[in-house]
Amino acid sequence: MKKIDRRKFLKGSLAGGVVAAATGTTKKAHSAYSFEGYPDSMGVLVDLTKCVGCRTCEAACNKEQGLPAPDKPFDDMSVYDEHRHGGLKRRTSEKAYTVVNRYDIPEKGEPVYRKFQCNHCNEPACLTSCFVNAYTKTKEGAVIYDPKVCVGCRTCMIACPFYVPAYSYSSPIDPVIKKCIMCYDTRLKFGKPPACVEACPREVMTFGKREDLIKIGNQKIRTTPDRYVNHIYGEHEVGGTAWMYLSSVPFDQVGFDTKLGTQPIISYVKDFLAIVPMVLCIWPALFTGFHLLAHRKNARQQDNQTVKSKKEEGHE
Amino acid sequence: MKMSIKRKTLYGAVALLLFTCPCIPGNAADGPEMVELGSLTQYYEPVQFDHELHVGMIESNECAICHHHTLGTPVLDPVCQRCHASSGETDFVACRDCHPAKRFSAEYLAVLEEDINLFHLEKPGLQGAFHQNCLECHKEYGAPTGCQDCHVRSEKGDKFFYSGEYAPEPADNSSGH
Ligand code: HEC
Ligand code: HEC
Ligand code: HEC
Ligand code: HEC
Ligand code: HEC
Repeated sequence: MKKIDRRKFLKGSLAGGVVAAATGTTKKAHSAYSFEGYPDSMGVLVDLTKCVGCRTCEAACNKEQGLPAPDKPFDDMSVYDEHRHGGLKRRTSEKAYTVVNRYDIPEKGEPVYRKFQCNHCNEPACLTSCFVNAYTKTKEGAVIYDPKVCVGCRTCMIACPFYVPAYSYSSPIDPVIKKCIMCYDTRLKFGKPPACVEACPREVMTFGKREDLIKIGNQKIRTTPDRYVNHIYGEHEVGGTAWMYLSSVPFDQVGFDTKLGTQPIISYVKDFLAIVPMVLCIWPALFTGFHLLAHRKNARQQDNQTVKSKKEEGHE
Repeated sequence: MKMSIKRKTLYGAVALLLFTCPCIPGNAADGPEMVELGSLTQYYEPVQFDHELHVGMIESNECAICHHHTLGTPVLDPVCQRCHASSGETDFVACRDCHPAKRFSAEYLAVLEEDINLFHLEKPGLQGAFHQNCLECHKEYGAPTGCQDCHVRSEKGDKFFYSGEYAPEPADNSSGH
């Protein structure tokens, strides 16, 4: 697995953006994306209090998506002690569209596990930031992409507030973005739940209509208030996500960014773009700048451990 | 869940049941001795569930620890007591008769959708019901919780987990990045 440093390739991305934008203009370029979420879209409610970290979901994802063999068996729990530079936990990559991380919370007797994958935003920043329209938000709620259209510019990687899209280095000639598509091709579009949901022995994840899941989440919080913090992460964050979470500990203690706000990441860029479609050519640069500004501010407050290294890189 | 586990010998359990059975409201039987749970088997072999051993660990009227109110024994979970304190026995007792194997199939979701008065929208599927019920208590009492303690993984399971003879070659360069 290659380590990808978003701050560092910023410069590369700007240069790449111009080239890619030229390609983009030959495709039909939609104007701004305005969309408030499909009424019947599906979603997944993840109850972190139930997860025991068995990694069955990771194995199921690997099988369903036909991903390459993992570096370690899926029943090898030593991955929870692996860290990337700066003490960061494992994250999604082109070889693993979902990962589970362990968080040791001192006040809690047992560790908390957190499954992580694309959250399938109602208004995806990856989609809006993609100037070749490789992304689609389906009526079922999945955010999918067309690898044939993707030019590998990596704008979506920077746009994503959850750091999800990964970049495939496996094929140097044809690099594309890789991420969880909620098993759209093989399952979701036939009404079946994503593979990870079905495989989970503890039924940590509930699959259903997004609006029903919010009801279920609220009912759970109401009937067992000592089990949960009073918040469904993803109900409103960045305009709402199809994947939502319940937790027994404050979300910022288990790796969630709680400072993202409730506005879709790109709404301010979007309005502007509706008026000037031509700006598509400079969009990557523009957007990257906006997002990095927002993100660096957040990052500073969010994660003391990593602040230092991020700042240093940001000033390069 | 509050409960008392008395680690009695098998004989003790049987003797106690013989004496207390007439007092249990609603049911006279103490259920099966051994149950093979195997309706889901895919990556694991079936579970040989020692029902008698487990019944021996609880008070004779605490069947609701696993069976809810379905046997007519007192409801123990305060959340459920609010509505089910006097629900009494039900037609179905086996977990698989109420907890669907395919919890998130389109067919089952449609059933949930249709019945607008249905209260228990969040009823877990069979796999969830077992691992929530069995594992939660096993965690609490230090009973086995390993993924191969209750069921042995099948060859298909080894393949699925890239484990055993399907384990990947150890990478020469550190993969932590
Ligand atoms: C540790 C959990 C647990 C406890 C405690 C427990 N049972 Fe069971 N019982 C089960 C399981 C699991 C089954 C198998 C259900 C299935 O086949 O799906 C079962 C099956 C049964 C069945 C057969 C149901 C059928 O239709 O096949 C009866 C009867 C029964 N139990 C009675 C009792 C009684 C009476 C008690 C209390 C004295 C009790 N059980 C306590 C877990 C438990
Ligand atoms: C607010 C009231 C309420 C609470 C609290 C409640 N239930 Fe229910 N329960 C119902 C209703 C109403 C039904 C009828 C079927 C339905 O709507 O799902 C029912 C049905 C059931 C049934 C099926 C009975 C049958 O005859 O087939 C079971 C089992 C059950 N509940 C278990 C539980 C458990 C376990 C809890 C606690 C975790 C619980 N219930 C908490 C209202 C409640
Ligand atoms: C008569 C139908 C019925 C039978 C039989 C039944 N259940 Fe349930 N069960 C329910 C319903 C309904 C709920 C939803 C209650 C809720 O979560 O509010 C439920 C909830 C649960 C839950 C989650 C809530 C909790 O109480 O922790 C578990 C775990 C569970 N059942 C395990 C089992 C096991 C194990 C068996 C077999 C020994 C079993 N159930 C048999 C209907 C049934
Ligand atoms: C009320 C708590 C409780 C529940 C619920 C429970 N168990 Fe157990 N179980 C125990 C304890 C305690 C032991 C350890 C017994 C011992 O070591 O003497 C045990 C032991 C076991 C063993 C190993 C014992 C043996 O047979 O050698 C198995 C297998 C097992 N349980 C399966 C299950 C399954 C399957 C379920 C769910 C259907 C379940 N248990 C639910 C408390 C529970
Ligand atoms: C306390 C006993 C117990 C433990 C511990 C346990 N399971 Fe299970 N498991 C069961 C029971 C009971 C079933 C139901 C078997 C059936 O009906 O076919 C089951 C079924 C399954 C199934 C579906 C059947 C299959 O063969 O694919 C999977 C997957 C599974 N377990 C995974 C796990 C994983 C992963 C762990 C470790 C976190 C685990 N289990 C730990 C009791 C247990």
